Amino acid sequence: MAEETTTPAHKRGIQDRPLWRLILSTREMPLLIIILVTVFVMANRNPNFLTVGNLRAVTVGFTPTAIIAVGMSILLVSGGFDLSVGSVLALSGTICAYLVLNGMAQPLAVLVVLAMGALIGMANGLMVTKLKINPLIATLGALSIARGLAQVLTESRSISGLPESFGTVGNTLLGDVPYMVIIMLVLVIIGDLVLRHTRFFRQVYYIGSNENAARLSGIAVDRMRILVYMLTSGFAALAGILLASRLEAGTPTAAIGLELTVLAACVIGGASLSGGEGTVFGAFLGVVFIGLVQNIMTVERVSIFWQQAVTGAILVAAVTIDQLIKRRGS
Amino acid sequence: MTTPLLEVIQVNKTFPGTHALKDVDFQLLPGEVHAIMGENGAGKSTLMHIISGVYQPDSGDVRIEGRPVIMANTRQAQELGIGMVFQELSLAPGLSIAENVFANRAPTRSIGTIRWSELYNQTRDLLAQFDIDIDPSTLVRNLNLTTRQVVEIVKALSLNARILLLDEPTSALPPSEVERLFAVIRRLKDRGIGIVYISHRIPEVMEIADRVTVLRDGRCVGNHPTQELTPDTIIEMMVGRKLAEIVPERHTKTGKELLCVQGLSHAKFFTDVSFTLRQGEIVGVAALMGAGHSELLQALVGAQKVAKGTISISGQRVHINSPETAFALGMAYLPEERKSDGLFLKMTLRQNISVTALNLFARLGIMNPRKEAQVAQSYVERLGIRTPGVGQLVGRLSGGNQQKVLLSKWLLRHPSILVIDEPTKGVDIGAKLEIHDLLRELAEQGAAILFVSSEFPEIINLADRILVMYAGRIQGEVHAGQATEQNLLLMASGYTNEARA
Repeated sequence: MAEETTTPAHKRGIQDRPLWRLILSTREMPLLIIILVTVFVMANRNPNFLTVGNLRAVTVGFTPTAIIAVGMSILLVSGGFDLSVGSVLALSGTICAYLVLNGMAQPLAVLVVLAMGALIGMANGLMVTKLKINPLIATLGALSIARGLAQVLTESRSISGLPESFGTVGNTLLGDVPYMVIIMLVLVIIGDLVLRHTRFFRQVYYIGSNENAARLSGIAVDRMRILVYMLTSGFAALAGILLASRLEAGTPTAAIGLELTVLAACVIGGASLSGGEGTVFGAFLGVVFIGLVQNIMTVERVSIFWQQAVTGAILVAAVTIDQLIKRRGS
Repeated sequence: MTTPLLEVIQVNKTFPGTHALKDVDFQLLPGEVHAIMGENGAGKSTLMHIISGVYQPDSGDVRIEGRPVIMANTRQAQELGIGMVFQELSLAPGLSIAENVFANRAPTRSIGTIRWSELYNQTRDLLAQFDIDIDPSTLVRNLNLTTRQVVEIVKALSLNARILLLDEPTSALPPSEVERLFAVIRRLKDRGIGIVYISHRIPEVMEIADRVTVLRDGRCVGNHPTQELTPDTIIEMMVGRKLAEIVPERHTKTGKELLCVQGLSHAKFFTDVSFTLRQGEIVGVAALMGAGHSELLQALVGAQKVAKGTISISGQRVHINSPETAFALGMAYLPEERKSDGLFLKMTLRQNISVTALNLFARLGIMNPRKEAQVAQSYVERLGIRTPGVGQLVGRLSGGNQQKVLLSKWLLRHPSILVIDEPTKGVDIGAKLEIHDLLRELAEQGAAILFVSSEFPEIINLADRILVMYAGRIQGEVHAGQATEQNLLLMASGYTNEARA
């Protein structure tokens, strides 16, 4: 009977390691620890940091970024890349405000804008898969087009004067937590679980790991990649609607450069630009970390101009450390 | 007695695990076309790489015009007058002919700007020597393959090359263009240039070469003037007298016709290919490099577009336009390059096996990793995959074990037709025999198997029936019992077989 109770050494796989070691060995763990330590240190250092008001400001601030990061991390896993998300956010916010201002029912306006977001994603996906245009170029084009359209539509002014009900979702709290943040957290959790555990999204990892092999294993690679682009743009549109609701205005100049923050967050959270790696939770932690660092600089009264430089430095440092760890591991 | 342009004397080269060249001698005279022939893996490319400075010999000498030389890299070889025209042409497609020919050496004014008219005139003169009348400002991308090769040759000559290495120069050319290239080669001979000509195609070698050196297993087994040779003698030298391998007794019980291919043609790679495949049958395709056989397999599973022809499965005409469709019809495909086209090296063995049938492991769309692991484990045991566990990254397994993983992921779908490009490439002998046994077992259970192998003994050993391809066409068919390496090689080199069954 002894054979039944002990697994022979050669059959023991990585999955049989004790749970605590498995959790500690995940890619997200070091980042999570760094975040917790940072929060702990700051809480003791600056009394203004750990207050409901400040934390709320931080989380509401990074909510649009985090929502886009859900889509972007999946896109990066698939080996894709999207620079247009910031512009799509702005275009979506302005169109949504425009439609509502001109009397369209709010739920319908939201659906129309989400559909538009998905459509932009589809255009990006088609360019990348069918026309074989480099994703950097294709989505750079989309970035300019979307931003330009938002400016044309609004003549570069914010669309305001919206009915008060439009601002409900963006400005209501449930207890101490804004609705927006709850929506974001729900999306992050669902996104993470879905990417990890569903059959459908498992295909994304195969495609990102080896596109040829995925195709030759019967995965509908192009269709899948287009869908992921649609998802990313759809999330950007949703983020745009929520931001418009919070500001009670459609702003054509919103989120300039946000695509770079999102990409940085995803990469800090373990995604790789060459595809096949990354998780939604990791990308979320990346967003939290960047938001945290920017907030610390604000409460510590560091010039706002430093924030961008520091974010860049963190990105480079994170990727370097990751590379060094990988090199040692192999 | 003229001094040879190039001499290779008693050269040895070893790589981990193989003795690639053993005491090889080779000589090239001015104005001579000297062909190097041999089976896949005989050492041709290693010798080529030594002559071109890519590799350095472990022992032995290379002499140019009588002087011993050491070439540490291809640049030094170029400076010594050795020009190379390789299969993957090294031209920049987005630049003009003139810019390619004079890369980095364009005539300039004192301030560094290029004197374009002079550049074009010089290039035009060079091209005219080969009766090629094309505007030198034409982009290389717009040239056909022969002209590109000529541009490469011209480029080498403009570097004062006296020795030219041509590696399979005709493998991608249509027959009509081959003559054009030969005309160019004859002019080069007249100018006293020596040409090392590597090719699998015996008729072409018989036509263009003055001398033939044959390599086998890294040794030089013959060096004769072409007049003294016949296709048969060349083949004999290439194959040598090998002991007949013991073919295990197999009772092929072939059933109904599973696959019927008629008049299948590709714009570039193959023409008018027809054959059938029956249940329980293992059919091998014997061909030399560049014969279109790999592309034929890809076309069968929708990974290459076909121009003409029909494919029927179990009597039903099917349209296969993507791998997905092919696999849904019960086909499986194992590509030649398992690392780039077959496996997910950064993913686990478990995930590599489940990929072809994710539905088996999902309930309501949620994956069940435990079930994946159990099934993967069952294949690990069935195929004897040596791994610390199903959680191991596939990139860390040996070649043989990787190949077994590749097979496992297809066995999972119980395919009725297996299409395999090189079943045992880069696999050790133990795993090779295991894979052969497994394929025979699958055939006995009713699967039909079509495979390509560059090792003819493997084809003879494994196949019930053999199709031979040459230059994109099926040259003939041989039954396993009648196949010898000689007749396969003869047919694969462009001769029809009298003993066609």
